[in-house]
Amino acid sequence: MTPGLALQVGTLARRSVVRTLRQPAMVVPSLFFPLLLLAVNAGGLQEATKLPGFPADTYLDFVLAVCFVQGGLFAANSAGTNVASDVESGFLNRLSLTPLNRTALLVGQLAGVVALGTIQATTFLVVGLIAGAGIHAGLAGAFVIAALSLLISLGFGSIGAFVALRTGSGEAVQGIFPLMFAALFLSSMALPRDLIETDWFRTVATYNPVSYMLEGIRSLVIVGWDSEALAMGFACAGGIAVVALIGASSALRTQMVRT
Amino acid sequence: MLASPAMSDIAAIETADLVREFKKGPRAVDGIDIRVAPGEVYGFLGPNGAGKSTTVHMLTTLLPPTSGSARVAGHDVVEEGTQVRAAIGAALQEAALDPFLTGREHMKLQTALHGLPRAERPRRGDELLARVGLVEAADRKVGGYSGGMKRRLDLALALVHGPRILFLDEPTTGLDPQSRSALWAEVQRLATDDGVTVFLTTQYLEEADLLADRIGIIDQGRIVAEGTPDSLKAEIGRSSVEVVPSAHEELGRMKQVLSRFGEAVSSSPKGAAVRLSGGDAQLADVVRALDAEDIRVEHLQLHAPTLDDVFLAKTGRHLEGSGDGAAEEEPEPAGVAA
Repeated sequence: MTPGLALQVGTLARRSVVRTLRQPAMVVPSLFFPLLLLAVNAGGLQEATKLPGFPADTYLDFVLAVCFVQGGLFAANSAGTNVASDVESGFLNRLSLTPLNRTALLVGQLAGVVALGTIQATTFLVVGLIAGAGIHAGLAGAFVIAALSLLISLGFGSIGAFVALRTGSGEAVQGIFPLMFAALFLSSMALPRDLIETDWFRTVATYNPVSYMLEGIRSLVIVGWDSEALAMGFACAGGIAVVALIGASSALRTQMVRT
Repeated sequence: MLASPAMSDIAAIETADLVREFKKGPRAVDGIDIRVAPGEVYGFLGPNGAGKSTTVHMLTTLLPPTSGSARVAGHDVVEEGTQVRAAIGAALQEAALDPFLTGREHMKLQTALHGLPRAERPRRGDELLARVGLVEAADRKVGGYSGGMKRRLDLALALVHGPRILFLDEPTTGLDPQSRSALWAEVQRLATDDGVTVFLTTQYLEEADLLADRIGIIDQGRIVAEGTPDSLKAEIGRSSVEVVPSAHEELGRMKQVLSRFGEAVSSSPKGAAVRLSGGDAQLADVVRALDAEDIRVEHLQLHAPTLDDVFLAKTGRHLEGSGDGAAEEEPEPAGVAA
């Protein structure tokens, strides 16, 4: 008997969430390192707020957004590692022998990313508020931050899943992690784009979608409701999620060969 | 394509000239024909890299054949994959388990994905966990299980939907003797009590000899011999005698004496062995001849024909140890484009 799609997704989602939360080595660093970077930056770069045209009163307000994107990068690692492990261990073959729908498998696998993303978003918001950050867009803005953060996690998580399904290798997933961090550092992470004086850096940051994800979240913290920044943030995160999901779905078709 | 047989004549597994080629590699499976009757335990015996796992992957729909055809439970593995999967259970070469889930959580996952009614899932899970002796460990994470426990859970998971045909790919590789015996007992019970057809790959002679009703010996992608264990050994026919002299200097002279009784076969480096042309009755003559030549013997043993002798006779190589080494590793089937 073939189970319904909802049951398949729910069953695999539960497994993905349980599996993710039972790996402290995956959850703790994804919370600790973004918060560590937040503490270092907020404490050490406060002087940057004195630059003419700097958009925030405190560097904490400005840099809080980085946590959410950095958390998304950890999501990529988490999703990719879990999927690669399923390929390497043969668990994917076990699933292939059930009447499982491929879409259900992919969606279910990414549920762990969403669970981790929810924990991250909640933690970063609470810690940010306790540390003195103010969210200009208010409570509703906090929810939008969480939503955008989850979409970013889903997008990066899908990239991790794509690499894992394409290569079937946990090492390959680990290999893209530094590249994704490079994308974060080459964005408007530390300064607004218009205050970046080095031409090539400003150009790279302008073409880097990570900048717009950061600016979407940042706008809710330091400005309030900026529809253009939010639209760009959601479009970039959503675009990456869609493209990566299509790629992951295609890779799954190749990896999950069954007649 | 194979012709659709009459219902009464449906084989559990039937292949015709089944071939699988890998890119940049040899033919992993090179035209095999198998017919396994319902309720039969079929042992697929061969060294590493012989093509056993590739065959299982094709029969379980995880790998499309390059050419030829195969029907499992009466369904074509290429055209009717869904029906094949509904009829089979499989425990593949690695115990494919999630180390972060418990045994019971694995059963929940598998029973749900196979579409068992909600009320039936816990009952079925508990029943199978009890059958494989994992009730006490059911709520422990699988990462802490021993190799034998993982294999038993793997077997239980393959049985959740009550398959008519069970594929076991080297189920006891790497297990200690006690775990191996427990798994053998369960396989025998499945075949005799439940009437499940079992397709079992193994590189262990003892396993094939003990469990299988019939054996197919595969080497380099081809079936080199097929029959019941007894009939295969009967093909080889005669026993061999192996003798180790007390003094190594006597080895040459001892070989000359032994050569009177049959053709030389492989033996330990310290001794010599011959296949007795006159059968077991010649053993006494061998002892008398050695005594007459004043050759003192440290060790003398009569060997009944084994499946390894069958393999040796068919391929010129011994089965045990013949597959060692990375060069003979079977290509990884998963994810390889047809």
